[in-house]
Parts: sequence; structure tokens; C-alpha cells
Amino acid sequence: MTELLQFTFSGLTVGAVYALVALGFTLIYNSCDVINFAQGEFVMLGGMTTVFLGLAGVPLPLAACFAVVLTVAVGLALHRFAIEPARGSGAVVLIIITIGASIFLRGAAQVIFDKRFHTLPPFVGGDAIRIAGAAILPQSLVVLAGAVIILVLLWAFIERTLIGKAMVATAANEIAARLVGIDTRAAVGLSFAIAAAIGAVAGILITPIALTSYDVGTVLALKGFAAAMLGGIGSAVGAVIGGLVLGLLEAFAAGYVSSQYKDAVAFLVILIVLLAMPRGLFGRAPVERV
Amino acid sequence: MRGLLNHRLFPALAMSAVIVLLPLVLPSAYYYRVAALVFVFALAAVGLNLLMGFAGQVSLGHAGFMGIGAYAVAIGPTHLNLPSWLAFVGGAGLSALVAFAVGRPILRLKGHYLAVATLGFGLLLAIAFSNEARFTGGPDGMAVSRFAVFGLSVRGAQAWYWITAASFLIGAVLALNLIESPTGRALRAIHDSEVAARVLGVDIARMKLAVFVVSAVYASVAGSYFAFLNGHITPDVSGFLRSIELVAMVVLGGLGSVAGSLVGAALLVMLPQTLTSLHDYEHMALGLIIMAVMIFLRAGIVPTLARALGRA
Repeated sequence: MTELLQFTFSGLTVGAVYALVALGFTLIYNSCDVINFAQGEFVMLGGMTTVFLGLAGVPLPLAACFAVVLTVAVGLALHRFAIEPARGSGAVVLIIITIGASIFLRGAAQVIFDKRFHTLPPFVGGDAIRIAGAAILPQSLVVLAGAVIILVLLWAFIERTLIGKAMVATAANEIAARLVGIDTRAAVGLSFAIAAAIGAVAGILITPIALTSYDVGTVLALKGFAAAMLGGIGSAVGAVIGGLVLGLLEAFAAGYVSSQYKDAVAFLVILIVLLAMPRGLFGRAPVERV
Repeated sequence: MRGLLNHRLFPALAMSAVIVLLPLVLPSAYYYRVAALVFVFALAAVGLNLLMGFAGQVSLGHAGFMGIGAYAVAIGPTHLNLPSWLAFVGGAGLSALVAFAVGRPILRLKGHYLAVATLGFGLLLAIAFSNEARFTGGPDGMAVSRFAVFGLSVRGAQAWYWITAASFLIGAVLALNLIESPTGRALRAIHDSEVAARVLGVDIARMKLAVFVVSAVYASVAGSYFAFLNGHITPDVSGFLRSIELVAMVVLGGLGSVAGSLVGAALLVMLPQTLTSLHDYEHMALGLIIMAVMIFLRAGIVPTLARALGRA
């Protein structure tokens, strides 16, 4: 029982980060059909920028805010200078562009920061909380709370504001959205900005637990992509559930099977789910036009 | 002249000319080695191009098959006492079998779902290679004995240059012939519209599976050569980044262009070698070049240039 609780908590913590990365994939995919493999680099930029500003003597809360702003700027630049000029290209071409961007960002981080692992102090007191024998790091709770706050804010923004609705309209039908006077280019740019911000916050939240370095983005992009597909690409609920399920699967596989094969177990389950449900857990069956 | 340019095997002819003339300008064994690496990756890319460029199916796990080919020639002679040529053929056969078994269920998935399923497949293999240390030497990898046929062992970069170049050419000609065959037309029909292809009586599932198996064999053969060339093999050969690299070679060179796969492989094998002079800025430059090629030559290098020449 204690073990189960312990694995569940560590799984949910990692899963929350996967969920946020998957949410970034979903936002950008919905707005312009691009699978953005540089999503993991947003997470890396958030964590690394905060660490290095902190080392330079900037108070951490301020450093974190600046890291988010910087990552948003990078997200906007990615859209403006790499995605926008290639509009109308095939899906694979756009994927290769985002992969190029992720190699570039990783290279830049290696030059500007360094190649070592870094961490941040936990945001609240360091002692583990004991619940039914399981030790839970306060930072885990911060990660989970952070993820919930981001989800609520995102939901409110999309459902309750005019700009959010413009984004939904653009996602649903770009031409129709343009016809009713929505600046669809700005809406797509905004989705990159929000995805970047979410990634950066996830990176800052997880760094005290999982460490960060210039190359953490690759694995996160891979896991976030898998989580988004598990949930069903295009579905925000699916992305969150997919991320949490992936995190839990890894934690249970590491705990009960073998830590070396945790990724193998997770991907095996994803394969089985996709074979049973070819559109993921929450994906809608597309209407095929002939 | 026009007639020659448009001939089905013109790309093969042009590539053979390059292969024969290249040794005139290659100054040292190091360059022969790099050229051999280009041919190895070009072979894998041609196979993947059949799957991606013609049948329109994405695979983010093809390095998995490279891994099977590579570990077959490493494990076969070391642990099973197989002659290396038999391990080489066995690896290709095993890859075909695995592709057949895995392809049947996962090729029903479409688009990005197929991408994530193949990604998972490649990852599973890479994890197995790095954890079954008894056979594979774990993350540190294992040594590969020299390639030998009938007691003659192959040594030296020049010998490998000719072997890999010939293998690449054979693979390219087979691919060019396949594309112009009824099978190739059926594949292109699937690419353009699965529904239309089905209406015309194309057995879509069988076609996709067939090309998946063929592309797996190309990757496996390339993987075996890669292992022989390096003399040492690590699980990285089947890693996610390697799979991505293969896809990038196909797309940069041009989806559906056999010559493009050679150009794409040449670009991605040689760039890191050239860019090492930039030291820390190597990755930034590589990322920028990939983005720039895709933005300015969206159909890929070879198709875009061919169109420009055709217009001139």
C-alpha cells in the first residue's frame, strides 16, 4: 500500500510535466497542424535560464519570470522566422523544421549556458511529508498545484475571453476565421507563445526534483509527443490524461518491473492502446473526404 | 538529351559517374571512410524513402532495423560462431520477419499515430540492446569482427568505399525499378489517396506491409555495413535520434527522389564532420542549415533543383 502510494505520487509528478508538454504539442497542433518537436527545448530554456539568472544573483522569482518571458520570445521567433515562411509545406517538412529548431536551441544553450547538470532549491521547505508511510516531497505538490493552475488559467482564457475564442475559431477552420475578421496569423503566433510559456513553467517547476541540462528537451519532447498521441492528438483533455497515464505507467513499471525497462513498458502499453484505439483515448474519428 | 535526362535510370547513371570519379579527388583514407558512411546512410534512406516518399507512411523507428542488422553481425560471429556473411544475411532476414510481424498491426495506424507507434518500436529495440548486456555489451556496446567471405577479409577504407558504393547503387536501381513497376504505381496511388487506390482495386494493407518489409531490409543491410565500418557498435545505432536523422535525410534530399536520398545522406553525414571546425557552434549551424534548406527548398534539394533546371 505504502509502495503503491509512493509510486502513484512520483508518477503523477512526472506525469504532470509530461501533461504540460503534451498540452503544448496540442495547442500548436490545433492552431496550425504542426507537430512541434522543439517543445522540449521550451522546458529546457525555462529551467536553464532560471538557474543561470539565479547564479548571476537575480532573485529566483524574478529569474523565473524572466525565463518565461525569454522562452515566449523564442516561441514567437520560432513561429515568425521558421514556421510562417514555410506555410503550406507538408507535415513532414514542418516536423523537420521544428527538429532543426530544436537542434539549434540545444546548440545555443550549450554555448550560452554549459553542458553540466543544474538544479534549483525547492520552492517551499525541503522536508518530505509522510502520508500513510509514503514520503512526498513538497516540491511534488508544487508541481501538481502548478499544473492545475495552468490548466485552469488556460481553460478560462480559451473559454472566457474573446482572444481565446478567436484561437478556437482559427483551430476549427482557419479560412472561416479569417473571413469573420480574425487575424489568424496572430492567433497561431499566440498559440506558440502560450505553448512556450507552459513549457517554460513546467521546466522551472520540475528542476528542483529532476535536474536540468542543455539536452533534457529531447526526451521530454519524445515523452510529451507520446502522451499527446496516447490521449488523441488535438484533444486538450487527452493530452493531460495521456501525460498523467504515461507518468504513472513509468513509475509503476520502474517500481514493480525494472527501472531499466520502464520506458519499454510505457511504450508497449501505448502501442497496445493505439492498436485497440487507433485515434488515442480521446481522439475523434476524422471524417474522410474523398 | 531531354530523352536521356528523363530516362528512368538516369539518376542511377549520374550517381555511378559520381561514384567512379570521386576517388580521383579523395585525398586520404579518412575521406574514403566518410564517403563509405554516406553510401551506408544513403542506402537506409533510399529504403525509408520508398516507404515515406512513395507509400506516404512515416516511420520514426527505422533505426531499429539498422540496429538489428548491426547487432546481427556483431552477435552472430561472437556468440553463435556464425561466419560474418551468414550473420549479415541472417540479420536482413530477421529484419524482414520483424517488419512483417510488427508492420501487420501498426500499419493500420495513420499519420502521426503511425509515427508514434514506430517511434515506440525503435525505442523498445534500443532499450533491449542497451540492457541485454550479456549479448550486446550494454550501453558501452561491443566489438564487431571483420567482414569476411570465403576466408578473404575486407580491410581498408578503399575496399569499403567500393563495397558500400556498389551496394548503394544496387539498392538505388532496385528502388528505381520498383517505382516504375505496377507495384510502384500502386504505392503512389496509396500516397495520393488511399480511398481512390482501394476503389481501383489496390490491396492497400498488403502493399504497405510489402514496402515496410523492403525498407526494413534496406535499413538492416545499412546497419550491418555501419557496424563493419566502425568495428564497434553501441545502442545509439538504433536510437531515436538516429531514426530522426534518417527521416531528415529523406526529407532534406527530397521525398520520392532516390538521388535525393544520396544528397540528403551526404549532407547530414558530412556537415557534422565539416562543422567540427566551428567547435561549440556546430549544433547551432547544423540546426540553422536544416531549417534554411526546408524553408527555401521545400520539396527537398534534388526535386527543387531538378525543377529549376527543367525550367532553365
